[in-house]
Amino acid sequence: MSNVFILADFAGDKATKTTAELATVAARIGAVTAVVFADAGKGAALAATVNQGPVTNVLVVESAEFAKHGVPAVADALANLVKGKTPAALLIASHAFGKEVAARVAVITESGIITDAVDVAADITATQLVFGGSTTVHSKVSKGTPIITLRPNSVEADLTSASPAIENASAEISDAAKLSAISSSQPPVKGGRPELTEANIVVSGGRGTNGDFAAVESFADSLGAAVGASRAATDAGWYPHSHQVGQTGKTVSPQLYVACGISGAIQHRAGMQTSKTIVVVNKDPEAPLFDIADFGVIGDLFNVLPQATTGISAKKS
Amino acid sequence: MKIAVCVKQVPDSWAEKKMVNGLLDRVNVDAVLNDLDEYAVEEALRIAEAHGGNEEGGANTVTVISMGPERATEAVRKALSMGANDAILITDSALAGADALATSAVLAKVIGDGGYDIVICGTESTDARMSVVPAMISARLGWGQLTFASKVTVDPAGKVAITRVTEAGVDEISAAFPCVISVVEKINEPRYPSFKGIMAAKKKTIEQRDLATVGVSSQSAWSQVNDATPRPARAAGIKVTDEGGGGEALVNYLAEKKLI
Repeated sequence: MSNVFILADFAGDKATKTTAELATVAARIGAVTAVVFADAGKGAALAATVNQGPVTNVLVVESAEFAKHGVPAVADALANLVKGKTPAALLIASHAFGKEVAARVAVITESGIITDAVDVAADITATQLVFGGSTTVHSKVSKGTPIITLRPNSVEADLTSASPAIENASAEISDAAKLSAISSSQPPVKGGRPELTEANIVVSGGRGTNGDFAAVESFADSLGAAVGASRAATDAGWYPHSHQVGQTGKTVSPQLYVACGISGAIQHRAGMQTSKTIVVVNKDPEAPLFDIADFGVIGDLFNVLPQATTGISAKKS
Repeated sequence: MKIAVCVKQVPDSWAEKKMVNGLLDRVNVDAVLNDLDEYAVEEALRIAEAHGGNEEGGANTVTVISMGPERATEAVRKALSMGANDAILITDSALAGADALATSAVLAKVIGDGGYDIVICGTESTDARMSVVPAMISARLGWGQLTFASKVTVDPAGKVAITRVTEAGVDEISAAFPCVISVVEKINEPRYPSFKGIMAAKKKTIEQRDLATVGVSSQSAWSQVNDATPRPARAAGIKVTDEGGGGEALVNYLAEKKLI
């Protein structure tokens, strides 16, 4: 049976659910080796958290250079492992770090790359939803080791517990990968809310909030949801750009997306229309977003949301 | 300083896009300068202006580099009208359908041959949305990678420091010249081209190069599309009007669907 590499994904010092999602997809292709890059002396602890999903082996690579140089150092070490162990494919999480590592590994190993896949079949055909989810594309890499980045939250992760065999490998990093130096790193500022692209539920506000996101935030908190915003809202300075959902912002695909006071220009739809269930609250009955809503409430968000927030809190208590 | 900015012409992000024979239909759609590249052009101009400007014969030059069909001159011209000095457009029929790897190979060759100190890119194009080309250019040239910058500080003596902002957190990173920078959209507010800028841009040089002039062999894509199908449109579902119980109706719907 062939061997498939996944780049284990971590939040802080724990493997994420995305790691299990990568393993779930990779296991269709072959036996899964999760590659873990760690600071010197930290590898065993990180590897021990890769304990869910169909992972056969964990390959631990330790070096102090990873924290100092980031993407280029990790990519160099990973490319050398790919060259040496020739896996059938390499699967990586589709976020900024993952995509940049994939990009550099593709250049170094002269391999084709596909980003933002939402699924990968046993024959390494990747499925992507392009143009804001309006078109389904199937594609395949035709040169080198197929390198595919998988969008978090796209597949149901096999979360059965795993006890993979742990091996160590040495880090080979070229001087060219040490040209940029990281002097400090801060984890993301968490407002107690989940990360937008990984959240199961996203509640977004738009022009209809008139700059007041309190009702949107309270409703999001009652659902344990992340908060998003339309471009109109971020351009107006009502909410940070990092929360923008849409063509020029983040693409989200949660179980539930609630759009509040957002009319639904293509710009916004492109970032959210692959959500499993879409709920729209808008006082304008002609808002185009109603056309793709599973459930729509024609009404003022400042009346509807507080009532819904109270209702949900009552059900939960 | 010699500053290069990579830009791409893309279908208007407000337009519906379609695939034809496994490739994006770029002909029958309005085309514009990639939104996210405007931030790169603006940042290049600000860096030049902060260190002696980019007037003719001045301390700095800002060169726009793009790869695309003849028609991409429109997007390049917009970057010139914002204030860039000149431009290089790589146009070759052999590049139709080029993937990110091919694109980065061509851009890296042109950048490497141009003797630039820094090259600035947007984080991604609004059509392909891969955000891999800046990292690929850095890997190909063996230059420092300073990507996803929300702040760029340039020391003309030969050093760049950035604040990198991604979902993984905030990093302070620096590298010596030459290096590849990509900027996120919150970094600045791109200027609108002035009338004077638009008139001046008409006289600026857009040097066209084909693959032979660039000096790279024909680049084929290393991944292929098997099929592309429009997804069925989502049908509208239940719609209720709030007459005092809209919030409760919403909660009942979510409960029924087991979403809460």
